[in-house]
Amino acid sequence: MLQIEKVHTFYGHIEALRGVDMEVKTGEIVTLIGSNGAGKSTLLMTVCGTPQASLGRVIFDGRDITHEPTHQIMRSGIAQAPEGRRIFPRMTVLENLQMGALVGDPANFAEDIEKVLAIFPILRQRQGQRGGTLSGGEQQMLAIARALMSRPRLLLLDEPSLGLAPMIVRQIFQIIREINERTGTTILLVEQNAYHALRLAHRGYVLVNGAITLTGTGSQLLANREVRAAYLEGGH
Amino acid sequence: MEYFIQQFINGVTLGAIFGLIAIGYTMVYGILGMVNFAHGDIFMIGGFISIITFMILGVLGVTWLPFSLLCMLLIAMAFTGLHGWAVERIGYRALRNSNRLAPLISAIGVSIFLQNYVQLLQGARNKPLSPIIFGGIELMTSSTGFTVTFAYMQMVIIGVATVLMAGFSVLIARTALGRQQRACEQDMKMARLLGVDVDRTIALTFIMGAALAAVAGLIWLLRYGIIDFYVGFLVGIKAFTAAVIGGIGSLPGAMLGGLLIGLIEVFWSAYFSVEYKDVAAFAILVLVLIFRPTGLLGKPDIEKV
Repeated sequence: MLQIEKVHTFYGHIEALRGVDMEVKTGEIVTLIGSNGAGKSTLLMTVCGTPQASLGRVIFDGRDITHEPTHQIMRSGIAQAPEGRRIFPRMTVLENLQMGALVGDPANFAEDIEKVLAIFPILRQRQGQRGGTLSGGEQQMLAIARALMSRPRLLLLDEPSLGLAPMIVRQIFQIIREINERTGTTILLVEQNAYHALRLAHRGYVLVNGAITLTGTGSQLLANREVRAAYLEGGH
Repeated sequence: MEYFIQQFINGVTLGAIFGLIAIGYTMVYGILGMVNFAHGDIFMIGGFISIITFMILGVLGVTWLPFSLLCMLLIAMAFTGLHGWAVERIGYRALRNSNRLAPLISAIGVSIFLQNYVQLLQGARNKPLSPIIFGGIELMTSSTGFTVTFAYMQMVIIGVATVLMAGFSVLIARTALGRQQRACEQDMKMARLLGVDVDRTIALTFIMGAALAAVAGLIWLLRYGIIDFYVGFLVGIKAFTAAVIGGIGSLPGAMLGGLLIGLIEVFWSAYFSVEYKDVAAFAILVLVLIFRPTGLLGKPDIEKV
């Protein structure tokens, strides 16, 4: 479904991605782990064309989207719940969800909003509240819900567990699995919380300094000595 | 008392003009974080297109007033909107990701260009328009013989401005386009990630702001019966002041600020001195900036992380 081929991305003169190769197949949950500054978020943003890759290609559904403008990429079936959640603070929860449905078919709106409110019941109570007044966990749920509103075939999730209480983290990972199993949505998940994320994933990649160093199934990576040393030891 | 009421009506009329222009300043500032200093000249162009339309209608023999007013309104909005679009496309878009100062300087350049462009095409002389809406209702007469008149022209002005401002507020608050504009204002990158065509949204914002300024230009022409290529400068600065007083970035703030500036200017002229009316308007700006730097309705963001 998504092929990333030898992608290099620059921020000014800094090379954030140094020839990344990666593939996400239809129906999979793929996890990308790596430490701070490894380039994980940059990779997700490069898929969305902001910034665009300077070298290499990004192919979605057989179509080269490397140089397409972001808003067109987001209209072709990709949605992202980005780092930091980026909820519109002065819009209500409902309006945030309406923004998520922008590229979808308006005829599906009523059905989709019921669906996401069923997944995240807390948002139902918060519908008329401004996004900026939600708690961190609620904002994260809203960010995922908003991304789901366009019925994406590929969902990009950037550190959905960041800054959340362990209870809520478990809940969010559970929901990610359900979304994948129930709707068949393909998911590319970026995480620092390697243990949960790899347990969830069909396959995983390890990103170090802008390059992929390891790949394998979720359980292979969980068992890998280097992965354990770098990302798992010291508790989860 | 009667004198006060008369001045109040006059002040609201003037405030409608400032309010309509201030909306354009506040929306562009909200989305791009820049002050579009050419916006006053867009207002002036709206006035010129109105008077040209009126002349053409006269030549064509259209004399029924409501129809010709409607034509002036629509044609001025359309063509001034086109100017607003062109200004953004040519003057600002390429500078969007550069240093904050660059678009500001470009805006001043665009302003000088627009003034000279109109001067070149229309000449430097004032363009007069004899009054086309006469009469009014006499509301009351005081014992000293002062009569309060609510001119039909003022009714038209206040009516048109109110309808447009209300319609515009609904557009921003309730429609998908308005939501996209607010999304761009709050987080442009996220808006893009949700499939918003940011370039198109910004272009539409400029067109809408210019169309409202065009209505202000038409109103100015009807009320004062005169327009020249330089009128946009001072009116523009005052409308900008109105936007700042109301809280720049806030739509109701721009309307309220416009009303306040109009009232202050008229009352100052009526009770103190006409010569110093500009000083009064800008002195209020200084006071607001000292005691309430975010403006009357502008609020600092309350956000939880």
